[in-house]
Amino acid sequence: MTTTEERGRTYGYADLPALMSLMTGDEKHGPAATSTLDVLWVLYDRVLRVAPGRPDDPGRDRFLLSKGHGPMAYYAVLAAKGFVPEEWLPGFGSFDSPLGHHPDRTLVPGVEIGSGSLGHGLPIAVGSALGLRAQGYDDAKVWVLVGDAELDEGSNHEAIAFAGPAGLEGLHTVVVDNASARHARPGGLAARFEAAGWSVVTVDGRDHEALYAAFTAPHPGRPHAVVARVEPKAV
Amino acid sequence: MDTMRDRFGPVVTRLLDEDPRVAVVLAEIGADAFTDAARRHPDRVVNVGIREQLLVGAGAGLALTGMRPVVHTFASFLVERPFEQLKLDLGHQDAGAVLVSAAASFDWPAGGFTHMAPGDVALLDTLDGWTVHVPGHPDEAETLLRHAVAAGDDKVYVRLSAQSNAAGRPVDGQRFRTLREGRSGVVLAVGPVLDEVLEATSGLDVTVLYATTVRPFDTAALERATRAAGTDVVLVEPYLAGTSTAVVNDALSHVPHRVLGLGVGRRELRRYGRLEEHVAAHGLDAGSLRRRIGAFLGPGR
Repeated sequence: MTTTEERGRTYGYADLPALMSLMTGDEKHGPAATSTLDVLWVLYDRVLRVAPGRPDDPGRDRFLLSKGHGPMAYYAVLAAKGFVPEEWLPGFGSFDSPLGHHPDRTLVPGVEIGSGSLGHGLPIAVGSALGLRAQGYDDAKVWVLVGDAELDEGSNHEAIAFAGPAGLEGLHTVVVDNASARHARPGGLAARFEAAGWSVVTVDGRDHEALYAAFTAPHPGRPHAVVARVEPKAV
Repeated sequence: MDTMRDRFGPVVTRLLDEDPRVAVVLAEIGADAFTDAARRHPDRVVNVGIREQLLVGAGAGLALTGMRPVVHTFASFLVERPFEQLKLDLGHQDAGAVLVSAAASFDWPAGGFTHMAPGDVALLDTLDGWTVHVPGHPDEAETLLRHAVAAGDDKVYVRLSAQSNAAGRPVDGQRFRTLREGRSGVVLAVGPVLDEVLEATSGLDVTVLYATTVRPFDTAALERATRAAGTDVVLVEPYLAGTSTAVVNDALSHVPHRVLGLGVGRRELRRYGRLEEHVAAHGLDAGSLRRRIGAFLGPGR
């Protein structure tokens, strides 16, 4: 499904590599640059209730890119969905560009948080979910994307351990797992969310139908985590 | 007399009742004061447990959805421990919050250095855009808390302390008050050190200014005071000595001036005991202040 038009142009999933090339100068991109690409595409294409025409709608879904490193895939999806003009992409990282190597919410339309320092997105997402619940925006969902190695940061565990018992149903975490955490045990990722009372699904992070099913699985009374496995990061 | 902390729960509970934007975020400390409020506003009184990174991060998230978070714990765990959350989750995200601390520099001396935060205001000085209120009396704390919550989406720090002056004074959340006028120096007292400063300077020909809002710093009031009293300035602050010295230097950069910054020393005392003993150990009792101020202003002044 491709729905968004920018000045008559409609972008699809197949256009994302070309959009990324405007930033990287490379024709092809390895797994590291694209680890988040399919997750982002499925979320923005089929799941998130956000639109470039109403970026400040108080009842919109929130997507928080916590893992701010390597944001080319993110900017490519934002461009494809009409939040960011395609013409911005070639300036990536330059002094006059709003597109940095870590995103800044005050500079880029549709970006909900500035990230880069790891471990900040999940606690902010907890507060966002609390805030939407307190204001009666019961349909608004909060999504936060973290990396598996990012979960080394203890701040995440403060958020995970709180959100489960608090029954924060509006909170969703997608962990892009490229096996890059230094000290990890098999299954440890999902187990930590489960132990805190979250609903958890582990899927192939390249399989769009599997991702969509995981993203839309019901989880009454509990926050939801999706562990999206992609190719291990070459070390 | 009740304390500033005693006022915090009731005042913010009333604000919760009055304004649906207000939310309180706690990390166990002070939660007892919000038992009733939590019953009435279960979605707007949040106790995250002993998790101070989440405390500030969740406060920022609430603000990003349009709410006005009031975030509270001891100063050491509100400013020092989650300092990067202050810098990024609030500052970098351009999100506002009211941070209300307790325990100050040495409110609980028997608790030792882990619960002392003399450096809180100096740390906030490394960040942009913070308003800092330092009430000197529970009545002033009440007023300043209301100012803080009402300040749009500003980033505001309210520093509550067990140290207090005997009487509250009118405060407006902005300006310094002139309590005495003299011609041989300006002494600026911040919050709860005022009574000691007034006693220390009694009979001296100095202007005494009283500050309960120190950021932004009321440079206009200071400049006005120096016109009659001269440009010898003594700062007496209830936190790290010299915290505002640079601000005073900037304010008076166009004239020759001298500044003496008095406050809490950097060196760890490694002492327990009572609050008064720590006031004295840092040279902030009236007798010590009189000697130090007198020596700075010089004989015959």
